[in-house]
Amino acid sequence: MLISVLSGFLMSLIAPWMHRAVPRWSGWLFGLVPAALFCYFALQIGSIAGVQSVSASYPWVPSLGVNLSFYLDGLSLLFALLITGVGSLVLIYSSGYLAGHRHLGRLYAFLFLFMASMLGLVLSDNLLTLFVFWELTSFSSYLLIGFEHERAAARKGALQALLVTGTGGLALLAGALLLGGAGGSFEISTLLGRGDLIRSHDLYLPILLLILAGAFTKSAQFPFHFWLPSAMEAPTPVSAYLHSATMVKAGIYLLARLSPVLGGTEAWHYLVTCAGGATMLIGALLALLQKDLKRILAYSTVSGLGILVLLLGLHTSSAAKAAIVFLLVHALYKGALFLIAGVVDHETGTRDVDRLAGLFRVMPIIGSAALMAALSMAGLPPMFGFIGKELLYEAKLQAPQAAVWITGAGVLSNALLVAVAIVVGVRPFCCGTPSARQHSGQLPVSLWLGPLLLSALGLAIGLAPDGIAFAIVSPAVSAVRATPTLIKLTLWHGVNPVFLLGLLTVLGGAGLYAGRNLLQRAAGRWKSFGSWGPTRWYELALAGMLGLAKLQTRILQSGYLRYYLMTVLGSAFLLVIYTLATKAGFRGAAGWPDALLHEWVIAVMILSGAAVAATSGSRLAAVAALGVVGYGVALIYILFGAPDLAMTQFCIETLSIILFVLVLYRLPRFSVLTSKKARIRDLLLALANGGIMTTLVLTATSEPVQSRISGFFLEHALLKAHGRNVVNVILVDFRALDTLGEITVLAVASLGVYMLLKGRAGGEGK
Amino acid sequence: MIRSLILSAAVRILLPLLLLFSLFLLLRGHNEPGGGFVGGLVAASGFTLYALAHGASSARFRMRIDPHTLVAAGLLTAQASGFLALFAGLPFMTGLWYGERLPVIGKAGTPFLFDIGVYLVVLGMTLLIVFSLMEE
Repeated sequence: MLISVLSGFLMSLIAPWMHRAVPRWSGWLFGLVPAALFCYFALQIGSIAGVQSVSASYPWVPSLGVNLSFYLDGLSLLFALLITGVGSLVLIYSSGYLAGHRHLGRLYAFLFLFMASMLGLVLSDNLLTLFVFWELTSFSSYLLIGFEHERAAARKGALQALLVTGTGGLALLAGALLLGGAGGSFEISTLLGRGDLIRSHDLYLPILLLILAGAFTKSAQFPFHFWLPSAMEAPTPVSAYLHSATMVKAGIYLLARLSPVLGGTEAWHYLVTCAGGATMLIGALLALLQKDLKRILAYSTVSGLGILVLLLGLHTSSAAKAAIVFLLVHALYKGALFLIAGVVDHETGTRDVDRLAGLFRVMPIIGSAALMAALSMAGLPPMFGFIGKELLYEAKLQAPQAAVWITGAGVLSNALLVAVAIVVGVRPFCCGTPSARQHSGQLPVSLWLGPLLLSALGLAIGLAPDGIAFAIVSPAVSAVRATPTLIKLTLWHGVNPVFLLGLLTVLGGAGLYAGRNLLQRAAGRWKSFGSWGPTRWYELALAGMLGLAKLQTRILQSGYLRYYLMTVLGSAFLLVIYTLATKAGFRGAAGWPDALLHEWVIAVMILSGAAVAATSGSRLAAVAALGVVGYGVALIYILFGAPDLAMTQFCIETLSIILFVLVLYRLPRFSVLTSKKARIRDLLLALANGGIMTTLVLTATSEPVQSRISGFFLEHALLKAHGRNVVNVILVDFRALDTLGEITVLAVASLGVYMLLKGRAGGEGK
Repeated sequence: MIRSLILSAAVRILLPLLLLFSLFLLLRGHNEPGGGFVGGLVAASGFTLYALAHGASSARFRMRIDPHTLVAAGLLTAQASGFLALFAGLPFMTGLWYGERLPVIGKAGTPFLFDIGVYLVVLGMTLLIVFSLMEE
């Protein structure tokens, strides 16, 4: 299983090169990789269907409880099959859709990166590993949305998606850490057995809220839904893959995966059901109001995700069954419709539904695929979508609370989706004559294979649902319910309330389709209201953040060195004095120190050096005087047994004096002296800092030393690190990581200095 | 550049001496006062003296290696010394020691390699700044 995840990452590394080597066939070649993985996962069906699970674990950071552990059960199998199956078709489709594109190799690399991350996400058994893969999917989605990075809209959409899902990801991390703490393990398979413990835990509500925040942002639930339509700036195969079939379902996966652990409480019920219901309605309504084919599909995806969340919120057996079936239905028809929209855009050059008509004659294969997908979306027999919708209504009718409301909302949003299905799947193909620009010639196989296969699968499963019910749906439902369940699916249930609801939906949908112009006009009147939607809040928050950053930069980064120094010294003074006053209390000197004569001499030397530096009228003299102070300090180090420090101090002093001289060499004598007021201010600040430092040292040394650390170092330096110079052993062995950080900072700082100087020499900057 | 016969004559002897001394400090660092940091500083002051006497460009020429490269090589050496432990299956930066005592440096191990990295970074970054300032 590790190989199946890693192979995608490996492929993403070599894909651009392979594409350059065989540009004509690379798409088909790449399609083989996920196809092989698909076969691998399909072969696991046998053992998974027997209610078993396959797991594999590799230690990663064992000291933190982070394992690279994988766990394959019905739910992850369903997702793995979707990811690899749709992935294979999308890779092939991309080769036709973006044929000859300059950066096609890069697209393949990103797609593989995403596929591997998504596989990792659904196979992870460890919450923290899951989080890592979760973030990787957000990241690869960012790269893919911004694929055409020369367009501002693509960059903006990419950033929006990253910020929204990334923020949710952080919430998820916090939630995962709390959950791991509450459940005593980060392994999901262990947590699944500790649901009662976690649900009665004090931190249950924070855990739930944080994890829901992660899932809702990822799966575009209201009010975070707005990033998904903006993400349509991505190339169409990406939208089909990430933003309808797989990535946006990561949140659904997480909810389904954790529903045995977190689900079933009142908080879960209200939060999840309400968010799902609202998203379902709003998404469906907004979908009907759009003109752009891809945006219509995006909003209807939002609605579909809302339906799934709503079902998971109900947390009943029939709802779990409906959710799994609808997930599969949705992935099949929505993936197909997205790919079809891509073909239409590719061939006619427009995605405006009002300008598309009569395309069936031009592209019969795509037209029939579109018809099948639209039928499935509308939930008409004999498609798989029909079974899905029957189960949906059944689950809603059996909802534990407010069944009438939920069913009513369901009928309304499904009727809207029926109208949407007519708009995207039927209308562009049948009515009228083709008016838009046409490409002549045959469609390449790569372009029609994907959509046709996906929508034909919707028909095939609808006609013969038994195999899927046993092999995929039953194990997945068993995983969500955490009890073995055997599901039977049948196409025809006879005339019952559910069927009548379906009939009502279709009729309502047809009516809504007929009246959609009216609806759109009505929506136009409410436009000013709509502009206060979540997008506006997102933009306000972003602008506010940038404004704040600018403001604090203007205040803190004045560009005058003296103000920087004053800020640093002033805040150091305040912080030290605050800590001393509240934590330790002030201690003066215990008595007059009994120092030897030469120690007094050094002290006087340092003091006079400092006095000269402060009063000198020449820069060079001031620097030399500072050097005297530094050498005096080095002498003190020697006297008190720190030869290492002293040696370093001597070198540093020498070199810094040289540097100062190099800088100051060409400057004139001080021409403008600061005003008396400013000098008194500086004097006070300096005295305050000096005074507080003296007090700090006196206070620190008046306490008896209670450190076990130096004892440890002295004891172990020779035995464990084979060195007698304890200072150096600490630097290069015990605390080598710190040193590594420090030398990295040094290197970066020196590069910064270099760039500043060279930039000036080049005539740039001030 | 300071035109002084005494300085340029002295530097001819001082530079090799200081470099030798810096290596001496680096090698003895593990057991006696010294180490990569101060060693790098001493070597840097040697080249700085040379640059003061003969100018930065001739010091650069004399060094043969660009300070940038030294900084990069130092960072790489220090990191590599940490990664060696990973190959032995131990956590990052665990000290590994070669069993026998070697003639000049005594016991050798990854911390010594790390110290060499520190030496190179300090030397490189000091000279990077000094040379850039001199060429201003």
